[in-house]
Amino acid sequence: MTMTAKTLFAMSRRDLITLVIFTLVVLAMPMWLSPLGAAYPGLMQKFAIYAIFALGFNILFGLTGYLSFGHAAFLGVGSYTAVWSFKLLSMDVIPAIIFAVILSGIFALAIGYLSLRRTGIYFSILTLAFAQMSYNLAYSVLTPITNGETSLQLNLRDPRVLDLAFAPRAPGLPSASLFGHTFSGLEAFYFCAVVLLIAFFIAQKIFSSPFGMMLRAIKSNQTRMNYAGFNTRSYAMTAFVISGMYAGLAGSLLAITDPLAGAERMQWTASGEVVLMTILGGVGTLIGPVIGAWLIKYFENIFSAFNDSALHHFFGFVPDGLREVVVAIRLQICWRRLAIDPRPAVRACRRVPARRDHGRGSAYSRPVRQWPDPATGHCFAPAGGGVTP
Amino acid sequence: MNAILAQLLNGLDKGGAYALIALGLTLVFGTLGVVNFAHGALFMLGAFCAVAFRQLITLETVTLDPEKLSPWGAPLEIRTPLAQSWFGDFGGVLIEYSVPLSILLAIPVMAIIGIAMERGIIKHFYKRSHAEQILVTFGLAIVLQELVKAIFGANPISQPMPSVLRGAADVGVWLGMGPNVLTYPWWRLTYFLFATAIIGAVFAFLRFTTFGLVVRAGMADRETVGLLGINIARRFTIMFGLAAVVAGLAGVMYTPLVPPNYHLGMDFLVLSFVVVVVGGMGSLPGAVAAGFLLGILQSFASMTEIKSILPGIDQIIVYLTAVIVLLVRPRGLFGRRGVMES
Repeated sequence: MTMTAKTLFAMSRRDLITLVIFTLVVLAMPMWLSPLGAAYPGLMQKFAIYAIFALGFNILFGLTGYLSFGHAAFLGVGSYTAVWSFKLLSMDVIPAIIFAVILSGIFALAIGYLSLRRTGIYFSILTLAFAQMSYNLAYSVLTPITNGETSLQLNLRDPRVLDLAFAPRAPGLPSASLFGHTFSGLEAFYFCAVVLLIAFFIAQKIFSSPFGMMLRAIKSNQTRMNYAGFNTRSYAMTAFVISGMYAGLAGSLLAITDPLAGAERMQWTASGEVVLMTILGGVGTLIGPVIGAWLIKYFENIFSAFNDSALHHFFGFVPDGLREVVVAIRLQICWRRLAIDPRPAVRACRRVPARRDHGRGSAYSRPVRQWPDPATGHCFAPAGGGVTP
Repeated sequence: MNAILAQLLNGLDKGGAYALIALGLTLVFGTLGVVNFAHGALFMLGAFCAVAFRQLITLETVTLDPEKLSPWGAPLEIRTPLAQSWFGDFGGVLIEYSVPLSILLAIPVMAIIGIAMERGIIKHFYKRSHAEQILVTFGLAIVLQELVKAIFGANPISQPMPSVLRGAADVGVWLGMGPNVLTYPWWRLTYFLFATAIIGAVFAFLRFTTFGLVVRAGMADRETVGLLGINIARRFTIMFGLAAVVAGLAGVMYTPLVPPNYHLGMDFLVLSFVVVVVGGMGSLPGAVAAGFLLGILQSFASMTEIKSILPGIDQIIVYLTAVIVLLVRPRGLFGRRGVMES
């Protein structure tokens, strides 16, 4: 026992230092993010969650070189599974996470089994095709499972077998809890942060293990590996499933911080985003994708909170006429960073007042967010607003 | 039988659009070796050439009628398009045929945009990995899309087709069936013929002109052609411009079928990539064949009879075909060995 524990947690000195520093940085997020204006729970949760997503994606893309363009599908499967676990079993986060990781792993196994028969761009197109199939089906035929366009959400009549066996049904919609303790304030963020640290630790172990070395070898020369007698497919397969599970984990955390799962999480632009995060941070490095995820999520959030007057203020030094032009261009770029589908934004606007009616909101404490109206193009605050911290 | 024929016809115009976009993508890939994610945006820009042309020629002067009042009591406004007041009846014809006429605007505009894109940005990414090319062209596509959104707004702008081509052709009569058995909208028929004509022109250009000969030689062995003292880079730039024009024209003529909005390009992009891969990367006939094949399959899949057996099949048929083709024929239908394989 002690022996296995020792080997399991044995790390090189460098890895240990990285892990300690990373832990400090993540746990101190509320402190060092506040001067940047990003220290509210909703955003920091996203930092942690998308860091997990990018970490997992990097295990596949960074180590083996297989560029998957359909990873958002696993994120979506994770979210749906977690919400279903909330609806059917219990509001506890542990079963939600376990089911989400297992199911997205199985999903990744099925997709990977077929996709990994091809390499290069053919692999990318295969994963893209599977993800788009999942997305289109989630919107159309699978509506009984995914609730289609309206997104899967909690309901007052949910069975929640485990919860209701021990306690009577409380009024209002329940929130996610950990062993009976409901998250409030920064707790949900710290929960995500701890999960991120565990995920980071596992990624570190994978990177430094013989298995990780094998994956790197696949990236540099798969043919030679095959000639040397290795069955590279099974190694790549394992990497694919692991990274699918990471995505499922991230998806379940998204559902935990906001119990709602929509199909747009599976769209190919969402897959493109994680590719962008990984490449921005540095493919194949351990910490790079995390930084990439933080940068993208940070700028996305900061820019979408900008409105006309904030921009005018910001570009105050520019001469008048030119300023109009600059502000107009900036606004266009800020709105919906990958402004492809206005539906999620519209839906989000509709959603906000409803949330408050159910008396929840601790997890959503953040400054009033400005949503762009896709019809007129003007930013407006949703009726009812967010809850200020 | 008739239902099958009708679906076959319905698939032709969509297939034509897929084929045109995929043709351009394959041209760019075959010549420059660049995976161009901005190609969908070029299709969208072409569509907005038609929008811009129509907005230009329908600029109006508004005068107030001194006597008549509108039903609300305000003075009646008389709107006269400038084109009509300048050119008289001919101006009316211009407005009527704005969509086909915007081809004249779209050809130079798209060629300039294409060549500027290639010289300005894409040229720097020949030697980079495909992932980086995808990223930079994807970014370019987003920028173009947001520019269009800034200028034309986010709502779809419908373009009327010439009234001559409204209504449907009675195709059944031509095939010796009874009247009104099989009809097909005139504009869709026009689109299909237009697409075939463009595809034929591109193939003829590559096949029968010296320029095309050199380009084909360059696609086969760029280095040798360069050693023979031919400036192959310049010809490839022109081919990029040509691909942009093809995508743009596909977009122009598509506007009466689907009112264009800024994310039209993204909607078509993923599909056209799937088309290219199904056809086989780098194969021009493959792209065209796969375009029509997938267009027709898609319209078959949306038949109610088929949907009742396999619900949701219309949503996934294109991707499903791609998966099957890639698993059975790894290089696509017409793909050559060694293209895009690591």
